[in-house]
Amino acid sequence: MANKTGATIELLNVSKVYPNQPEPAVENFTMTINPGELVMLVGPSGCGKTTTMKMINRIIEPSSGSIKIDGQDILTLDQNQLRRNIGYVIQQIGLFPHMTIAENVAVVPTLLGWSKDKIRARVAEMLELVELDPSVFSNRYPKQLSGGQQQRVGVARALSADPPVMLMDEPFGATDPITRERLQAEFQQLQANIGKTIVFVTHDFEEAIKLGDRIAVLSKRSKIEQFDTPANILANPASEYVASFIGEGAALKRLALMRVDSAVESGNATGPAISRDENLRVALDSVVLNAGRPVPVVGGGRVSIESISAALGIDVSRLGQ
Amino acid sequence: MTVQATENVSTSYSQPSDRRGGFYTAKRFGTPLLVIAALGGLLLFLYSRGEPDKIEAFALNWDYMLAKIDEHIRISLFSAIVVALIAIPMGIVISRSKSRIVSAVVLGLANVGQATPAVGVIILLALTFGIGWATAVAALVIYGLLPVLRNTITGIAQIDPNITEAARGMGMRPLQVLFKIELPLAVPVILAGFRTALVFSVGVATIATFINAGGLGEVIVVGLKLTRPAVLLTGAIVVSCIALLLDWLAGLAEDALRPKGV
Repeated sequence: MANKTGATIELLNVSKVYPNQPEPAVENFTMTINPGELVMLVGPSGCGKTTTMKMINRIIEPSSGSIKIDGQDILTLDQNQLRRNIGYVIQQIGLFPHMTIAENVAVVPTLLGWSKDKIRARVAEMLELVELDPSVFSNRYPKQLSGGQQQRVGVARALSADPPVMLMDEPFGATDPITRERLQAEFQQLQANIGKTIVFVTHDFEEAIKLGDRIAVLSKRSKIEQFDTPANILANPASEYVASFIGEGAALKRLALMRVDSAVESGNATGPAISRDENLRVALDSVVLNAGRPVPVVGGGRVSIESISAALGIDVSRLGQ
Repeated sequence: MTVQATENVSTSYSQPSDRRGGFYTAKRFGTPLLVIAALGGLLLFLYSRGEPDKIEAFALNWDYMLAKIDEHIRISLFSAIVVALIAIPMGIVISRSKSRIVSAVVLGLANVGQATPAVGVIILLALTFGIGWATAVAALVIYGLLPVLRNTITGIAQIDPNITEAARGMGMRPLQVLFKIELPLAVPVILAGFRTALVFSVGVATIATFINAGGLGEVIVVGLKLTRPAVLLTGAIVVSCIALLLDWLAGLAEDALRPKGV
């Protein structure tokens, strides 16, 4: 199962019923996740999103339904073998306090019986991947690291055996806003390189928009209210419920998903130039800071209130009124 | 009832010693100095009294005292080890069982064992199984079971459940979770319980003499019955010094065995 690219995950009519509870926690959940796709499960606490995710590595056993990874029914596999092939990152990180950082990262390769040399090389590679210097951090203990550093180790540990699938349960939820933004940006970069199939649970819709390839908005019993790309959900929320999740400023959030490229018009402008790879929200900020006058784009052309409005389909000068 | 038992577990276990302050602290040197001072003072007192009378001379001679000290240490250490061999696996099994009732019942029984006066336990056992060394050990074990049992259960229960979930989520088998994660993290608490049991054991071993199992209790009883305060005092001080020294050694072991990073 271990390979460089992600695997397909298929959940079919998966339900979880706890004994002594009248309502199922998850009811008839069906979803197909493509290889290399990052799917965000978003919903309020208690909606069953975490339960749904934990059934994929059988930390919670489904009551009924089937779950397949690359066509293989995981309920027929040995659960420990299964878990060694699924990266697992949780909010509380769960680093082992009595093991060094290197030992923590080496856990799954050790369980898989890799040779010592291979493990040592892999640990160094993983720490570098999450931007922690192995020569500095290998022999430290978790409590000697900051929260953000610990969460990076958590990600390195989950990736150490190169699993095709990763499950992430609010991994950045417990960090302060500045660290969270940094970790999110790093993670986005990382995922662009490694292309795992990732199921990512969060209650933070902003995070879902920022990181997800597709977002599943869930309500009680893990019912899928809408499952689509961030841009489509922002443009066309399927229901009141989804709209309430998006909250205020859907248009501004959509701008953050669009590139300057899509709103360049010809003409000249004065002011600080903006890169084509930036998002339109940043571009709009620049225009506003430029007293509403168009700003030039690096490599030719300019963006203006009008061109941004045209790209978005909404008159941005009326946003926020 | 179950709630009570859980509270009991969480509030009244023996706390691991605080390692902050390092090796070179008053705590490290204080105990041996105290023991040397106490024993030195005792010897000074005994020699300053001049020639002991015939009854005192029976107890207050090196051969006899060393033999009794030897017996005493053997019986206390042996019981403490038996306690560890029984209570630690028992604590692990109890913390594995999902049933709160099991742990409430076992802890209840261990509580009874400790709450019953030790003299009562040892005499009841002697009436049933006869007098002698083995019976004395059995009584000491019953008496010392609780602290180790309770600390083993607490030591495992206090581990952050996220840590064990992460371990399971990475594909560790239940026994790997136990031996690689839970037990190493519970070691400080378990050892603290063992230390308590060891000190109990040294103190309570003085009553072994009532069922002819030797030890320093004999010296104390001779001093009491024959009204020889010097003999009584000698027995009591030596027992206290043994308890202090063993506790000190166990403390050193605790520090050495505590996992790094915790």
